[in-house]
Order: sequence, then structure tokens, then C-alpha cells
Amino acid sequence: MNRLTLVRKNLFRKKTRSTLLLLSIAIAFLLYGALGAFNQFWEDPPQTPTRLVTLNKINFTQPLPYAYYNRIQSVDGIAAASHANWFGGYFREPTNVVTTFAVEPEGWFTVYPEFDMPADQRARFISDRTCMAAGAPIAEQYGWSVGDRIPLQSNIFTRADGAEAWQLEVCAIYTSTADTAGAGAVLLHYELFRETASFGGNSLGWFVLLTEDAALNESVSRSIDDMFANSSAETETSTEAAFNQAFLEQFGDIATILSLVIGAAFVSILIIVGTTMVLSIAERTKEIGVLKTLGFRNNAVFGLVLAESIFLSLLGGLIGLGLAAGLLAGAEAGLGDAFPPIVMTVEIVGSAVALMLLFGLITGVIPAASALRLKIIDAFSKG
Amino acid sequence: MTALYTLTDLSKRYTRGKESITIFEQLDMTIDQGDFISIMGPSGSGKTTLLNLLGGIDRPSSGAVDCEGTRVDKLSEGKLAKWRSQHVGFIFQFYNLMPTLSAAQNVELPLLLTNLSGKERKRRVETALDIVGILDRKGHRPAQLSGGQQQRVGIARAIVADPKVLLCDEPTGDLDRNTADEVLETLQLLNRELNKTIVMVTHDPAAAGYASKELHLDKGRFVAKENT
Repeated sequence: MNRLTLVRKNLFRKKTRSTLLLLSIAIAFLLYGALGAFNQFWEDPPQTPTRLVTLNKINFTQPLPYAYYNRIQSVDGIAAASHANWFGGYFREPTNVVTTFAVEPEGWFTVYPEFDMPADQRARFISDRTCMAAGAPIAEQYGWSVGDRIPLQSNIFTRADGAEAWQLEVCAIYTSTADTAGAGAVLLHYELFRETASFGGNSLGWFVLLTEDAALNESVSRSIDDMFANSSAETETSTEAAFNQAFLEQFGDIATILSLVIGAAFVSILIIVGTTMVLSIAERTKEIGVLKTLGFRNNAVFGLVLAESIFLSLLGGLIGLGLAAGLLAGAEAGLGDAFPPIVMTVEIVGSAVALMLLFGLITGVIPAASALRLKIIDAFSKG
Repeated sequence: MTALYTLTDLSKRYTRGKESITIFEQLDMTIDQGDFISIMGPSGSGKTTLLNLLGGIDRPSSGAVDCEGTRVDKLSEGKLAKWRSQHVGFIFQFYNLMPTLSAAQNVELPLLLTNLSGKERKRRVETALDIVGILDRKGHRPAQLSGGQQQRVGIARAIVADPKVLLCDEPTGDLDRNTADEVLETLQLLNRELNKTIVMVTHDPAAAGYASKELHLDKGRFVAKENT
């Protein structure tokens, strides 16, 4: 036996209470881990510095006229431009969501040079309108191989000819050399989409642009948005990071919600755990008196009580972080493969562990101080 | 006989509100090495207070508590804790064992304050449990033991660090007659065979009869009666 044994035995002397306390702390750190990962993604999403995205100023779901494409390409400072439409794809069942973009193939791979595939697959995809290119993650998820014919349906569009699905051949499977949004998407030809969809074929969803230099981003953005100011479809051009953020906000202001929840949870749990620790130590007044009688010094007793609180906080916190990792994996599955994974970084885990220690100190210092001050005579008269 | 404790001009006063209560006034006492002393007296006569002063868990209002040349009443809190761990073993009426620890772990507690290896600690714990005749119950928790067995664990805990003196506060107060006699015989054995000095506070005349010296505390004075 050592002193840690004593700490552990005391901590779990009332298993139900300890379990509930652990659960409370775990919930707080589950939220912290998840929020931290989202915030990290929000603040520093993967991006290419010279890549811009132009959207309808109203919101992401509103289309832009096809005619804008040529006009945008003429803006000074633009090195390359392409466009995409949100297809709303699914495979066989609506629950099998497949992030699908209808794109102009050649231009798309120019503005996303990090998308990589064998040259013959690339050439085949670009040249054949009945082809699709699948990101490696989605191909792996559904077991698709080059040459397979895939029935792809949309939860937004229908085919003008009344057929249920777009029968597409997997001509290319691409990977990404960077954590880029869209790296897991299915790409189909915009021209095919325009000709076969019952509506929506004469408009575009958004433009993706590469500027000649990141220093030109602001002037290029302003030039584009000024060009379409006061038109029926005003634009808003922003960096790729801002675009990704806007996309994620479709799912709700998760960061704000989590910030509020985690703030409230931390304060509540701090009070609950702190109060419980005080009561727990008060129940053990006589035992603390016995320890001191046996020769345990005041600071040793202080350390034992504080260690109990820190141990509880660390254990609950680590369970919470584990749950957060699971939650993020679930969220990643929900967002689809179009976005890079949102993960807890080393910095988040490090700050969480520091917070666990702080939490343990705060909740433990009052009962530890009262144990330190307790006189043996008083311990036996109170006990 | 060699004097183990020398109490000189010992006074203890409590203040309760505006009232000052005197427990002892200028009490003198000597306890020799190897004594087995029982202290009896009416409730509130200060028996336990005296025991606390001997054990260094309370301080006198004035006077001196000397133990083998160490002024116990003058030691700082930290030094007093160390002195207690090395010189005194305490035995309580209600055993005061840690409910979450096994008998062996309870006995090992005082040894956590030493630099002994785990192996040596285990050996000493088993020796102490063997002396009090409860080694076969070393893995049991207090709730799984009878009152008498718990008190034996308490005694083992008190002797495991090999202190010279055992201070017992009503050690049989919670036990039936037969069990009490067994516990008292164990204390007598520790006194006679291991030369432990024992000071025992009790209300029970039969328990007091096991001591070699019986003291009655009355109005701040001792009345001695030697037992055989």
C-alpha cells in the first residue's frame, strides 16, 4: 500500500457518488474537447492562401447566373477559375448521403491542384461526360472501383427524362495531398447536370478562384463584388476559410451553443463537485483526526485530500475527452467526406489536462484547507 | 525504574463562552518505563484530556510534559506529529479504523510515514497482527470483523511502529465482558512481554484491575492504588 492507494480507496468509498461525480466531470470535458476541436477548425481551417470563393450574397443556397463565370475570369489578378453546383447526392438510399458537386472538370482540378489521380483516369474523367470522379474516402466507404457504374440520385434535383438516377461510371478515384474541404466528394460534369436536370441547369452554385498572389485577394474580392453590386444576384467573395465556415454554419451556430453549454456546465459542475468534496471530507472528520494522531502532518493530510480531488478530476476529464473523440468521429460521419476531419489537437488535449488539474485544485483546495486546519481534539469531538 | 514521562505543574483550562473551566491545576505525575496504569474517575474529570496531553494531541495551559527529555508541550506541530508517530501508539474506544482499508492496510498506515521498504512493512504488519492473534483476518475490512477483532486490529496498528508507550482511551468500552477480557489480556501481554508502557483510561473497574497501577482522578488530584 502507498499513499495513492489511500487516495484511491477514499475516492471510491461511495461508488454511486463517485460514479456520478465522474460522470459530471466527464460531461464537462466532453463538451470542452468537442468545442475545442470545432473552435480550432473554425479559427484555422485548412486552406490555400490564394483560393477564393464567390457566393450569392443572400446565402450559400441561392444560385448565381452562369453568365457571371466569363465576367469573373476577366478580373485582373485571377490565375484560374472554376465553378460548382451542390447536387445533394445519395447512393441507393437517401440516408447514404454522398457529397456531390457538379463541376467543370478541367478547371476544378486547376483550382484544386492538390487533388491527385493517375493521368489516364484524369484524362478519362475530363473527356467523358458520363464519368464521375470519386474521392478515395467515399469510394472506399461504398467499395467503388474504377469502371463501376453507380446510380447516383439527388434529394434536390430530378432528371428531366423522368429516370430516377444518374447512371455514372467511376472513371477516376482521387486523393488529396492536403486536408482540403471537398477532398472526399463525388464530382460529376456540370454539362451533364445542365442537360439532364429538370431545373437549375442554367445557374451555378459558387465559383472557386485562384489569385496570382495572396496579396491580391482583397482587391480581387472587391472587384468581383463591385462588378455585381446592385444586380439581382449580388455576390460575396471571401477566402476559402470563410467559405468553409459559412458552410458549417448551415448546421447551426454550434460553437456558440457549445460555448454557452460548456460555460454553464463547468460552473455548475464546479459547484457540485466542490460541495460534494467538502461534504465528503466533513463525513471523514474523525478519520482525518486519526491520520493526524498516527503522525500524518497537516501538509500531508492537505496533500491527500487535494490529490483525491485532482485524481477525480483527471479521471473524469480523461473519460470526457475519450467521449469527445467519439462524438467528433460521429460528427465527421454526419458532415460527410467533403470536409476534413475535425479532431482534438495536442493543444486541445494539453489545455484540457491543464484545466483538469485546475478544476481539481479549485474543488479540492477548500476541503483540503479545512482538513489541514482541523485540530485532532476537534476531529474527535465533532466526529 | 526509569521515568518515561514527567508531568510538572501541569494545568489545563478551557474557555467556554465567558466561562473558564479548570481541569487540572499544578498536577505532577511520573510514569515509569514499563508501567501499566489505569486511570479512572467520574465523567468530566479530565481523564481523556490527560491522555491527550501525554500523546501530544493537546497542549497544557501551563506546566511541562516531558518524555525522555523531550518537552512534548514545546514541540511545533510538525515535530509533534513526527514524535507521535515514533513514540506513541493510540488505541481508541471505537477502534477508529479506516473503513475502506483491509485490516493489514489499516495496520500499515503508521508505517507509510517511515522509509521502510514495502517488503519490510509487510513483515512488520504481519508480525503485529500475529501478536494480537488476528493474522488470519488480515484481508478483511473492518465491517467484516467483530468488535473484538476490530480492536485487535487497532492494537496492532498502535504497536506496529514499535512505540514505547500505548495510550488507550476506553479500549473495552464497546466490547462485551469476554471480548473485553481478551483484549485486556493482550494489553497485559504487551506490557509484560514487550515492556510496553501503557496508560489506559477506563470506567470499568474490572478493566482497571488488569493494570499494575490504578489511579483515580478526582478534583485534579490522583489517588494511587497499586495492583498486584
